[in-house]
Amino acid sequence: MADIKLTKLNKSYGSVHILKDVSLDIKSGEFMVFVGPSGCGKSTLLRAICGLEAISSGQLEIDHAVVNEVPPSKRGIAMVFQSYALYPHMSVYENISFALENQGLPKDEIKKKVEKVGELLQLTPYLARLPKALSGGQRQRVAIGRAIVRGAKVFLFDEPLSNLDAALRVQTRMEIAKLKRDMPNTTMVYVTHDQVEAMTLADRIVVLQAGRIEQVGTPMELYEKPGNTFVAGFIGSPKMNLVTGAPATREKCTTMGIRPEHLQISTKASAKAIAGTVEYTEILGSDSFIYVMTEQGMVTARESGSTAIKNGNKVYLSPIAEHIHRFNESGQRIN
Amino acid sequence: MWDRIKLEPSKFALHLAVLLIVAIWTFPTAGLLVSSLRDKNLIATSGWWTALSTTDRSAQGRMAEPAKQVSKDGKFEISGSLFEGAETAGVVKAFGLKVQKPDEFVAGSTATTEDGKTLTVMNDGSYIYTSPVAFEGDSGKRLFYINSVPPKFTTDNYSNVLFSEGIGRSFVNSLTVTIPATIIPILIAAFAAYALAWMKLPGRGFIIAVIVGLLVVPLQMSLIPLLKLYNATGFLSKTYLGIWLAHTAFGLPFAIYLLRSYIAGLPRDLIESAQVDGANDFKIFLRIVLPLCFPALASFAIFQFLWVWNDLLVAIVFLGSGEDQLVLTGKLNGLLGSRGGNWEILTASAFVTIVVPLTVFFALQRYFVRGLLAGSVKGG
Repeated sequence: MADIKLTKLNKSYGSVHILKDVSLDIKSGEFMVFVGPSGCGKSTLLRAICGLEAISSGQLEIDHAVVNEVPPSKRGIAMVFQSYALYPHMSVYENISFALENQGLPKDEIKKKVEKVGELLQLTPYLARLPKALSGGQRQRVAIGRAIVRGAKVFLFDEPLSNLDAALRVQTRMEIAKLKRDMPNTTMVYVTHDQVEAMTLADRIVVLQAGRIEQVGTPMELYEKPGNTFVAGFIGSPKMNLVTGAPATREKCTTMGIRPEHLQISTKASAKAIAGTVEYTEILGSDSFIYVMTEQGMVTARESGSTAIKNGNKVYLSPIAEHIHRFNESGQRIN
Repeated sequence: MWDRIKLEPSKFALHLAVLLIVAIWTFPTAGLLVSSLRDKNLIATSGWWTALSTTDRSAQGRMAEPAKQVSKDGKFEISGSLFEGAETAGVVKAFGLKVQKPDEFVAGSTATTEDGKTLTVMNDGSYIYTSPVAFEGDSGKRLFYINSVPPKFTTDNYSNVLFSEGIGRSFVNSLTVTIPATIIPILIAAFAAYALAWMKLPGRGFIIAVIVGLLVVPLQMSLIPLLKLYNATGFLSKTYLGIWLAHTAFGLPFAIYLLRSYIAGLPRDLIESAQVDGANDFKIFLRIVLPLCFPALASFAIFQFLWVWNDLLVAIVFLGSGEDQLVLTGKLNGLLGSRGGNWEILTASAFVTIVVPLTVFFALQRYFVRGLLAGSVKGG
């Protein structure tokens, strides 16, 4: 059981300010995901929690104890690195047991723990192998095994799936979700730039931009009520359409946000519709994306299944009223 | 089509260049080895490339003295073998009675002189010399012949130089200097390199800059101050400890520089992962960094070993010239002066000198090639 509390956390390298007044409460047993575009400081934030980066100012508490100056190994955390960071000259067994060895545990106890983790992660046949003899997914599991074996209260994941191919990524994602289910008391903090991972894994998501927290909420909160235009554009795939000009003014806002799935597409003109010409269509089978060039710029619409609309067709897009997001001139949500 | 035409000649040139370099390196070494294994008389008369073929050379011998003549069928006869008591046997191809014409008669034929004497020399060196009148005089007649000597290899040269010429002792001295002078700087430099690569120290950049600066200081510049220092301390001058420390000092800047750049290139994640796993710096160094930087250690070890092994200057300055301290290079230098004409001694000594560097190189060279990091980080 461990909760993490960040208060006005700042991190700067010389004059470069990476994290700006980050305050956040991560509840015990929560699966928290940090997302954001590259360079937004999400990895730096994770490394600061881990203790690999010193905190410039502010306070970091884990389990109600201030740990600003505590070395990583004493924080009760485990980290899974993006590159796995397996020790290449040690066998899988040695990789997993290294932390326990450093704790000075007796050998037979180490053996018991390592074998248990090996079983849990289906690594038993590979314990004697070197990392180079493992596949990408197996290496990933060893990296997770190293974290589990220490019995850490907090798990930190730094883009753990970004080195896997698409099929393996989906599988490993499910494994991580299952792992979280099996360890309900463990707090997990997960950094990713992939919003699908964020939406599927997270209890709550933190959206970061340029070192600031834009919004914190459950995946559906962020999807349904994005707090500002940045979050609106970042969460959801394809991106939410952000329309300015006449259609927005009609809705009494500066920017009108409407998701592609909430646009009705028609070849007949109607009063509230946005007119445009189809530039391009993508038919994926389960649904089709239609890219329409309007006076306000490119707008994306989604239709279930296939579509009869062809490139060059003149179409009218009408937003479903209850799914319209309204943002003011500073990009904040109006309710 | 164009690719092929453009590519082939450049590849061909590359292969040719590599072949040339290999030949330039291998030929003298092979020559040295072959020469050192040949009979000392053969080295003096023919080149090492003829070692596998029989060589013809003119020789002279003396027949048995007249006192050994026997009387046979009214004639007097002296018989025997040219190779009696000789070290190297051979095959007699031709013989003659005058020094100008050692090949006057073919072996097996009979030569007749003006005074009616006949001489027959067979291939195996046996001869029959007959005369109608009794031979006179005290010594046997001189005989000239063409001897074709078969290839002959011997390890005598090696046992000679190792056990009688003192190369063996110098070899041990050289090892006594070289092995600690290789290991000590590696130990120190590896610690320093880790600290300079991964530990947060005040003035780390400055220390690195100073070390790089020391790389260009010529060794000769520090010989006299160092020697004065040694003499002042007393216990370091002309001792093995003194020369180990001197070689360590001269080798350290390069060692630290080389190892630091290698260790700094290790993936950051590995070091951080070990930190999260609760390892302190010493443990990270011993368990993670040291095994992983083995290729760099090996390459420095080769450099330092070769440099110390081949060094003459530092050895002359910091060690005595007594038998218990003279290193191989010094001994070889001495042999050049005293036994300059004895090629069999020089070639064998030279080969004894290079055999250790060659062994070291071939033992460690695979660490240059092998990528120890495979499998640690992504892809791999």
